[in-house]
Amino acid sequence: MSLSVRIIPCLDVTDGRVVKGVNFTDLVDAGDPVEMASLYGHEGADELTFLDISASVAGRETTLDVVRKTAEQVFIPLTVGGGIRSVDDVDRLLRAGADKVSINTAALSRPELIAEIADRFGSQVLVLSVDARRARTDSGFEVTTHGGRESAGVDALAWVEKACALGVGEILLNSMDADGTRAGYDIGMISAVRAVSKVPLIASGGAGTLEDFASALDAGADALLAASVFHFGIHRIGDVKKYLSGHNYSVRNAHTV
Amino acid sequence: MIAILDYGSGNLRSAQRAFETSGKEVVLTSDYDVALNADGLVVPGVGAFAACMQGLASVRGDQLVRERISLKRPTLGICVGMQILFARGVEHGDHEGVGVWDATAEKLQAPILPHMGWNTVSVGTGSSLFHGVENESFYFVHSYAVKKQVGAISTMAHHGEDFLAAVEDGAIAATQFHPEKSGDAGLHLIKNWTNSL
Repeated sequence: MSLSVRIIPCLDVTDGRVVKGVNFTDLVDAGDPVEMASLYGHEGADELTFLDISASVAGRETTLDVVRKTAEQVFIPLTVGGGIRSVDDVDRLLRAGADKVSINTAALSRPELIAEIADRFGSQVLVLSVDARRARTDSGFEVTTHGGRESAGVDALAWVEKACALGVGEILLNSMDADGTRAGYDIGMISAVRAVSKVPLIASGGAGTLEDFASALDAGADALLAASVFHFGIHRIGDVKKYLSGHNYSVRNAHTV
Repeated sequence: MIAILDYGSGNLRSAQRAFETSGKEVVLTSDYDVALNADGLVVPGVGAFAACMQGLASVRGDQLVRERISLKRPTLGICVGMQILFARGVEHGDHEGVGVWDATAEKLQAPILPHMGWNTVSVGTGSSLFHGVENESFYFVHSYAVKKQVGAISTMAHHGEDFLAAVEDGAIAATQFHPEKSGDAGLHLIKNWTNSL
């Protein structure tokens, strides 16, 4: 008996539609996040993540609808991130059917938000999303904002330690250097964050080959998030699991019931 | 009819939908009599032990669970809804639970907490809840658990140490994991329970 590695596809959603091209021919509507979520659920995703990149209030309302419809059809955990600024925002998402929320910028500007959310709903609902890159800070890694374009002026490891003390239940570590390159996860960054945190760690950014997934696990990741390799059909979730299982990592076999 | 006890605890919508896949009628309720008279009662729960227990008490849920047990009416606790059925919980202080079983929900000793994700279980002999899904994985999210066997049938799991993943004891059953978030295996387990009603 052991805890399985989690494979988590991430969908960027704006105004109720999936953005970033999605390349599945077996979908009636590749832009429909509910249908995408359902497909990934059937393919064996262990969790799903929606990142709401809507710029408007109306867009965020639509996302609540998407969360509602998804939670009614897909019976695996659903995390929603993007634009969460308050305890009330979290409450709305959880009521709509999200199991967890991820926060990023709002926690950087007001770290107490972490404690407020954890106190109200428990740490288990709260994922800290950290967009980090290599830089000349104390640890060699810094936190960025604006999709990696700007420095937040905060050392990444110091931020992770602080957020853990405030009560986050999980860390989503996104390498802004590796993001979108498909050249592999930033292994050094994963090990460094693992060394200073005792909550589950989700690695994100850079997944390309099947070996990349295994390397991130060896560096200390508990879960692996990826977007484009799944959306473009470079790897199916089943292929990743088969590879990992063949290399003695514990994975969940979906569809054996 | 199945009632899911609504006492302000988390994401009940997907729980309702998951139980509806069994074909039964499912209602969310905080009404004592509706919950008492339902064929099956589900006691969900997320967040901290004390907050959950306080919410339960606000709808007289502790009394409700005891009354259903004495009437031998099927009741299923999920996650913290399982933990509060025990005598005590020690999350953020020492708190009294409903006291169905004499055990304490304690912090797991493991390098990484919460225990979050899919894990397999060692199914207790004679289990009907796990029939057909004995070798499947279920979705757990928790840092506290009971670390001994209780009741008639105990199903155990392991994260850092052994802990109680599920219990079946006459009319009352409970799971530390979330069957409503455990994909097809979870829906199968839910159906096993609703078929027994």
